[in-house]
Amino acid sequence: MTNPGGLRSSFARIFLRSLSRINSGRVSSSRGRTLPKHRSISIAAYASMASAVGTRRAWSREVLRRIRRGGARRASRRTSEFPVGRKGRKEPGNGKKLKKEAGDGNEGSSIQGMRKKLRRLVPGGEGMEFHRLLAETAHYIKCLKTQVGVMRSIADYYTPV
Amino acid sequence: MSGGSRSSREGSSRISDDQIVELVSKLRQLLPEIRQGRQLSNKVSASKVLQETCNYIRNLHQEVDDLSERLSQLLQSTDPDSPQASIIRSLIM
Repeated sequence: MTNPGGLRSSFARIFLRSLSRINSGRVSSSRGRTLPKHRSISIAAYASMASAVGTRRAWSREVLRRIRRGGARRASRRTSEFPVGRKGRKEPGNGKKLKKEAGDGNEGSSIQGMRKKLRRLVPGGEGMEFHRLLAETAHYIKCLKTQVGVMRSIADYYTPV
Repeated sequence: MSGGSRSSREGSSRISDDQIVELVSKLRQLLPEIRQGRQLSNKVSASKVLQETCNYIRNLHQEVDDLSERLSQLLQSTDPDSPQASIIRSLIM
């Protein structure tokens, strides 16, 4: 399939540029309030990965779409911790999803329940046919792993020994 | 299709249980995780695999958040400008 080495370096390059920008305080804020730094970094990570992937994938297109929409608000769905979400879901989303989180095991070990959850977790998974959703999920997971690996390398590099 | 003995486990309107299981096990093979032994088993429950997938994705999101926290603290003391960036790039690749 795709060459993970290429993805890794593309992501690293874009992400490092974003980190420089964030650190020098040059974050473009189209939003009304300033984000805490770790939030900016987290969003930059997802954005960088989506940029590295490009528009080849439905999930990356969805992420890029959300970011351009100014979705850098912390519309956190606590189930997924995905930082780039839609605005309206912030406060009610928190409470609702927490309850659902509690009922996680009870949502049923049925495939239907799992399908719904997966749709929520993978960006853009809502309107997708299930076969496609599985393929997107596989790619999404692969990219997430790359992302985490690179972030960890950077953090280790900067950690004073 | 394949001689799957699992015809209607859930009995709801779905594409095809066997197809789903097939795709799911393919997905499974892409995740180099703990359960290598189970990959050989065809009987691994599809819903279990999907559940593991969901958990795994959530874990990854959590890791991203944690690493972001760590990075935000680390970057306060240092300055990631271009020379260091190229060093990092060489480290990563």
